[in-house]
Parts: sequence; structure tokens; C-alpha cells
Amino acid sequence: MNPQTILLYDGSFDGFLCCIFEVYSKKITAPIIRKEDQTHNQLFTITEQVQTLENNAQRVWKAFKKKTTKTEQNNFFKAFLSEIKGVENTLLNYTQYIFKKANDKQHIDFSNKDILKINQVARMVEREKHRMEAFVRFQLTQDGIYTSSAAPDFNVLPLIIHHFKDRYADQKWLIYDMRRKYGIYYNLKIVDVITFENVFEINNQTIKRKSLDEEIDFQKLWTAYYKNVNIKSRKNSKLHHQHIPKRYWKYLTEKNNI
Amino acid sequence: MSFDRIKEKLSILADAAKYDVSCASSGSKRANPNKGLGNTTTMGICHSYTEDGRCVSLLKILLTNYCIYDCAYCVTRKSNDIKRAAFKIQEVVDLTINFYRRNYIEGLFLSSGIFKNADYTMERLISVAKKLRLEENFNGYIHLKSIPGASDELMRKAGLYADRLSVNIEIPTISGLKLLAPDKKHEDFIKPMKKVRNEIIQYKNERKIIKSTPRYAPAGQSTQMIIGATGETDRDIMYSAAYYYKKYNMRRVYYSGYIPVLEDNRLPSLKTEVPILRENRLYQTDWLLRFYGFSVAELLNDSHKNLDLDIDPKLSWALRNLHLFPIDINKANKRMLARIPGIGMQSVSKIIQARTYRNLDWTHLKAIGIAINRAQYFITCNSKDFYKKDLTPFSLKNKILKSSNTKYKKYFNQQLSLFS
Repeated sequence: MNPQTILLYDGSFDGFLCCIFEVYSKKITAPIIRKEDQTHNQLFTITEQVQTLENNAQRVWKAFKKKTTKTEQNNFFKAFLSEIKGVENTLLNYTQYIFKKANDKQHIDFSNKDILKINQVARMVEREKHRMEAFVRFQLTQDGIYTSSAAPDFNVLPLIIHHFKDRYADQKWLIYDMRRKYGIYYNLKIVDVITFENVFEINNQTIKRKSLDEEIDFQKLWTAYYKNVNIKSRKNSKLHHQHIPKRYWKYLTEKNNI
Repeated sequence: MSFDRIKEKLSILADAAKYDVSCASSGSKRANPNKGLGNTTTMGICHSYTEDGRCVSLLKILLTNYCIYDCAYCVTRKSNDIKRAAFKIQEVVDLTINFYRRNYIEGLFLSSGIFKNADYTMERLISVAKKLRLEENFNGYIHLKSIPGASDELMRKAGLYADRLSVNIEIPTISGLKLLAPDKKHEDFIKPMKKVRNEIIQYKNERKIIKSTPRYAPAGQSTQMIIGATGETDRDIMYSAAYYYKKYNMRRVYYSGYIPVLEDNRLPSLKTEVPILRENRLYQTDWLLRFYGFSVAELLNDSHKNLDLDIDPKLSWALRNLHLFPIDINKANKRMLARIPGIGMQSVSKIIQARTYRNLDWTHLKAIGIAINRAQYFITCNSKDFYKKDLTPFSLKNKILKSSNTKYKKYFNQQLSLFS
């Protein structure tokens, strides 16, 4: 029996596509695909570092696009962004299924367990994206940038760029992912990916220190509004927590009374 | 602007507006073409949630809570001794823009008590919307209240700036309206509704020919009914809801459980609990009408005037029509699949797609996510194992209730219902 192959990649989407390329070009059966920073100490395995080459990634993605609909492509990308352990292998199985099947864009086989799984995961990621669109709270700093920090469950910043760019086209804004330590910044023209050496530069206290008095006033007004729209006789804490789980409260202005 | 005064006004006028349940920010698609501020998405976004679990999507306020009317069910009625306040137009504009820029809200929901007369009030509401659109280049969501009795000309203007317009019918029956709001006439509610409907149709038709025709109230109109204030039946409520959906192309009808705020011998006493469960059942019925292809007479009729509180309306319908079941998951058409208790529209579409590949069995159905505990009694699939016993509707209902766990359990007592 051949030992199992572990393919390591740099964590990027292109890198992952290159792993798929590798699986086909070297005819590897049943590999395990992992990010290079995930530790692994398995016996009887061959570990291989996959280089990220844009060309190879493009070839895989092009072939995949030919046989799938836009929604399926989006779901594929979303499932990848979930960063759930082992999702790469589910996606690989799915890709192999897609490449094998006849050209049929009509129906999706929801009785296939990989497809169902990817759909479910994509929905979780979509939901997190939607939550970020809702729960991001900007604070206007002295340098005129609407700044926000967040810690989404999944790596959804790439998915929300479009939304914020369209909506806040006339103001500079910055959204920073505290967990993954990078942010997106809009400078009135384009959106750039940025990182801070020191996370303290972007946490809530620092932003607050850098904000204007006017900013604090509006935060107070918003908190006052939030308190007054509540109807006490209909209190329903369970539903409340279901809608805004506590882990998001840290970043919500109305939940941090000032 | 003086911060403390604004804060006080905001507190008073937000408090007065909160009994309006509508908070939808969906159904409109407004782009942000000239790099101004904001857009609306078809899905809508709920930016926060209050402790009662309702969503906060819009800055929902009254322009003023001074009012010339004295409707019994309303907190801001003339004879009620409360603090009164009024916003200036510019103050509402500033609040909206600044909240929006911080991603607190999707837009503005502006309502008002009626001061002087209907037209004067409507005009002020329109000037807020106009200022936001034209001076601030704001493309977010705007929901304006149509003031009952406002003139046609003003209603035409309102729709050009607002995404949605709504008139709250509040009391589902005309007799109830006479009792609780003696100064208001039923026709006054209908008039702006009719005008908005006609304008929407007209603008849509013109748009087909001339692409540059402005959009008129792209998110349509909605209305709201208070339930449990006048002793109306569920049938009364849902029949008028169905009427407004059909006759006035309503996007939404909202149902608001009456919250006792005032002592009045025409109304339920102050200690009455808010009918949250009944409200929930009405919304379920509303969904069945709009998305599941049910007609209102199937769910509520002369022999069945009120919805069951202990089971959902679809299950209740199925139990009254057991002769139509069991349904074969692998053969039934979409319409029948949608009628099976425990299967939602999402599952329906998954089932239809998946069964083109293979006949589905219980494992597939479970993975797709249908509620087996209810559905199992009503379906057959690619398995010999299905529920064969012929049960009466009554015993089947008890069987299902026993196996299910509802958050509303505290409202029922299984033991008692056996003898009723």
C-alpha cells in the first residue's frame, strides 16, 4: 500500500487550487490537503509543499467554472473561506465529482453528501458575511477615517468589500479583522488590504481615544435610541441572544454603554 | 445643535414610534451611482436587535408626537398625559446621515402624530425625505408613513423620494375602528393606499417604455393591524389581510399584538398579556398565503374561525385533510410538497433537485433538513418503512405534540385539552 500524501499550501485560495492541480498532474490518490501552519505528526505519510503558481490555479478555476453555475462557484469559495478543518478535502472530493460528471448545469444533487456539506458550510459563511455587514460599527477618528474592528468567525472580509465600497463611496473607511490580523481600507478610490504591526493600534480603546467629541455624542445618541425602542413587556432574551450572540457585543456601540 | 435637547427628543420620539412593527429595509434596489452615500440591497439588513428580539434596521422615529386625534389604542393620543416633542427637519436629516455613516442603520422610518391637518403633516414628512435625497445625496432606505386623508398630489410626491409607504389600518374591522377611533374614517385610510397603488402601477408601465422614468416607491407599500384589541377573530384578520394583499398589492401586512398602554373601558385591561403566540400563528398563516400557495379559505373559514394555538396552521390544515395523505416524496408535485407539515420551501426545492438523481429515502430527507418528527406521518419515500397506522386527527395531533418540544409549552396544559 502506498503511504498517504499530505499536501501543504500557503493558505491562499490560489494555493489551494494549486493543490488540486497537483493531485491531477501527479495522480495522487486520497491526499490530505492542509495549510502549512497546521501541525501534523503522522506516521507513514509523505509530506509535500505545494508552490502557489497563479497559472496552475487559473487552469483549475477555469475548468471548474466551465462546469458550474455562478452560485456553485460562489459557494465553493465561501466554503473555502470557512477555514473549517478538513474543508479542503471536502472541496477536493467535490471538484473531482464535478470534473467527472456530464455537463449538466440544471440540477444540483443534494443527496450527495459533499455537495450538501459544502452548501451548508457556504450558508454558514454567508450568514457571517451578512452579520458583518450588519454589526460593523464605524467610529470617526481625528484623521477622518471611519474605523471599525471586528472578529468574525470566518474569514469573510474578502466577501464584504463590495458591499462597503458601494455603500460608503464618499467616506474613507477601515475594517480590521482582529482575529486574522489584517484589514481592508478604502481611500475613496480603491480598497487595499492592510496590516498593522501592533494590534493595539486598532483596538477599541485606541480608536476611542482618537475620536472626536462629536463622535462620542453620536454614540451616546445611538445608545439612547437603542434603549428607547425596546418594548419591556415583550422581553425575550433567548431570541435576543439568538440574533446577536454575545461574542459580537464587544464590537457593538449600543452594547458598550458610554 | 444642543446635544442634550436632541437626546431628550430622540428618546421621546423613538419611544412613541416603537409600536410600529414594520422595520423591513428590504425589497428595494437603489444603487449609489454618483459616489454619494448609501444604497439599498434587496435583502435588507438588521443592524441590531432589541432585548425583545425585534430587529433594529431603521431609525424609526416620529417627527412629532403632538396629535389632534384621540384613538383609544394609541400612546400619543390627544388625551394622554405624556411628554411631547417635535423634531426640526434638519435635525432628522442630521441624525439619519450620521447614524448611517457609522453603519448603525439602513435608513429612516419616519412617522408622525397629526398636527394641524393631514396635508400639513404629510408635507413635512416629504420635505425630510426630499432633503435627504436631493441635498445629502442619500441613497439609503426611506420609509414614510402615508398620513390618512393626505391629498393625492402629496402622495404622488412622497413616492418619488421614499422606498416604501405605509398606512396602518390598525383595526381590522370597520366596527372596531368606529369604537376605538371615532374621529377617523375608514375611507381616509383607503385613499392614500389607493393612490399609491395606482401610481406604482402607472410608473411601472411607463418604465417599460421610457427607461429613465424615476422609480416610485420601489419597495411598495405595507400596512399593520393591531390584534387582540377589539375581540376580532383570526378569520376577520386574515380575510382583511388577504384583501389588502390582493386589492392594494401590499408587500407586507404586519400583525402587532396589542400592548396595553392605557386604561380604557373599550380596551383589554392593563394586565392583559401581549398575545405573542397568536401573533406568531398569524404570521405563519401569512407566510402560507404568500409563499406556500394556500388560499385563505383553506386555513380559516366558517367552521374554523380561529387558528389553533398549540399547532402550526399547516399541520392543522393537514389534520383536517388527512384523506390527501400520505404523499410520495419522489412523485408529488411542488404544490403538494409545500403542503406537507414539517417541510419548508427551501427543503421543497432541494427535494425537487435531488430526486432527479435518485429516489430519496429517509436518510436523504433527514440530511436535507426536513422536520421528520412532523413530516413522517404524512409522507412515503423510497423505503418500506413508513407510518401505516390509521390514526384519527385527534390522536395524531397528540402524538405529534408529545414528540415535539415547543417554546410555547408553558401556554398549554396537555391534560386539560383532552376534555375540551
